Amino acid sequence: MENLLTFVNDKLKAKFGEAIISSSQERDFPVFVVERNKIIEIISYLKEEAELGFGFLTTMCAVHFPDNTGAEFGMMYQLHNLPKNLRIRLKIFFPVSDVIVPTLTGVFPAANWMERQEYDFYGIIFKGHPNLKRILNVDDMDYFPMRKEYPLEDGTREDKNDKMFGR
Amino acid sequence: MTEEKKIIAKDIEDKDYSILNLGPTHPATHGIFQNVLKMDGEIIVEAESTVGYIHRAFEKLAEHRPYNQITPITDRLNYCSSPLNNMGWHMTVEKLAGIEIPKRVQYLRVIVMELARIADHLVCNSVVGVDTGAMTVFLYVFQFREHIYEIYEEMCGARLTTNVGRIGGMERDFSDKCWAKIDKLLKELPEGLKEFENLLTRNRIFMDRTIGCGPITAEKALGYGFTGPNLRAAGVDYDVRVMNPYSGYEDFDFIIPVGTNGDTYDRFMVREQEMWESMSIIKQAIEKIKNIPGKVFHADVPEFYLPPKEDVYNKMEALIYHFKIVMGEMEIPKGEVYHAIEAGNGELGFYLISDGGRTPYRLHFRRPCFIYYQAYTEMIKGTMLSDAILTMSSMNVIAGELDA
Repeated sequence: MENLLTFVNDKLKAKFGEAIISSSQERDFPVFVVERNKIIEIISYLKEEAELGFGFLTTMCAVHFPDNTGAEFGMMYQLHNLPKNLRIRLKIFFPVSDVIVPTLTGVFPAANWMERQEYDFYGIIFKGHPNLKRILNVDDMDYFPMRKEYPLEDGTREDKNDKMFGR
Repeated sequence: MTEEKKIIAKDIEDKDYSILNLGPTHPATHGIFQNVLKMDGEIIVEAESTVGYIHRAFEKLAEHRPYNQITPITDRLNYCSSPLNNMGWHMTVEKLAGIEIPKRVQYLRVIVMELARIADHLVCNSVVGVDTGAMTVFLYVFQFREHIYEIYEEMCGARLTTNVGRIGGMERDFSDKCWAKIDKLLKELPEGLKEFENLLTRNRIFMDRTIGCGPITAEKALGYGFTGPNLRAAGVDYDVRVMNPYSGYEDFDFIIPVGTNGDTYDRFMVREQEMWESMSIIKQAIEKIKNIPGKVFHADVPEFYLPPKEDVYNKMEALIYHFKIVMGEMEIPKGEVYHAIEAGNGELGFYLISDGGRTPYRLHFRRPCFIYYQAYTEMIKGTMLSDAILTMSSMNVIAGELDA
């Protein structure tokens, strides 16, 4: 596992240099934090380069860290090399004031609905997406419900007082 | 362009297409899916799917619930095979907390999971029968799904939304009656499945109807993130049970069936073959369990696993643990973890970020249905409406998993 981390890291560092911000091993996954604007180039390189061959997009999702000033939002991409059974995770971070991320739909068609879902939940704008609109929630919803500032229930409710154990 | 050609081109442009709303509730779609189809007679020219009709905000809900209260949410993902989802979730938390599960418990889980897989595939394949006009087979094999649900009932008391198992093991050992029912199923199912196959697999009408219907190439399927039987029908032998074994799957002998064309017939055959493999896995698991002494059904992790009621009343530590677990104050380490299992429809992944609090900081479900259903509009373009219905049912799109 450690080999995979250093191998991919060396490859990426040689090609993209400064765009690879950090790399670490999170349990069974090598994780790379990369530059937001380079993410598509990096993923297509990981896909096309014969020695790497990460040709399958497993999943992607956004995460909100409201206390992390300057990098409130994160996106996670998980790639899989099916023939060799290698998995890696890529992460990008960006501020709430600028939630524009380049779209992955040109590399993986599967990214289409995944990106729409993250737009729907977090309001992340995927630049160049062919059909960026809400997918699971109603079209006229005027907020992004998965952001941490939106409570699960209506905040004005008074019939459910649960001071003792929190909710 | 000559004048004449211009007129022809304009004719094509002006051609009247009819718009057909297939769904949201339509008896032929087996679930709540809307597809707006642009039709030229009976040929689909363009399609757009709308999803989200039973969206229940599971990812948001999960951020507000203690870990063991998330299991009932996972029930409602793919409700045709709830135990698979339950086990996937338990294993994710166990991976995060570093809980080692005894072999016997792993095999018990394998039995439940494979039973669920059989139930899932039975529903899907028999519904393919219904959509080709063969109602008999559907009613016939549903008795076996009923038997499987009776086994669930013996295991955990529930049938559809099972909530089976706990973090750290199973909530109870299988009863003798449960084992007897499993044995009975393993005796009766092969015969029934054989008859089911006799009626369909070499049936001229069924073959004509399904071969070449809704095909997808391996390359496209990979691009669209297909997993599970649908990907294997296209010829890619990716199965999480073999690639990243969990819950002791590395100890079992089984074959991954693959197809070639990725059409409805191949998907049907892959599922059919997987049911035989699942039966063989259950048999192997029963043999293995017989060779393990003792009746252990959960790991020895008092901080995660509820103590027996008697101890709660009589022992101090048990009372403390009971209180902490019920109030959702388990000590979950910080970290992020991804765990995938082979669910009925493919790779069901749980991406979990924990900040050490009582609820997950972020929980993302990788739902196989959601990811592969986006290829549907492309797959049905240029086909007949009746083929579109068949393609959907053979892909086994489950609304609960699609919309989460």
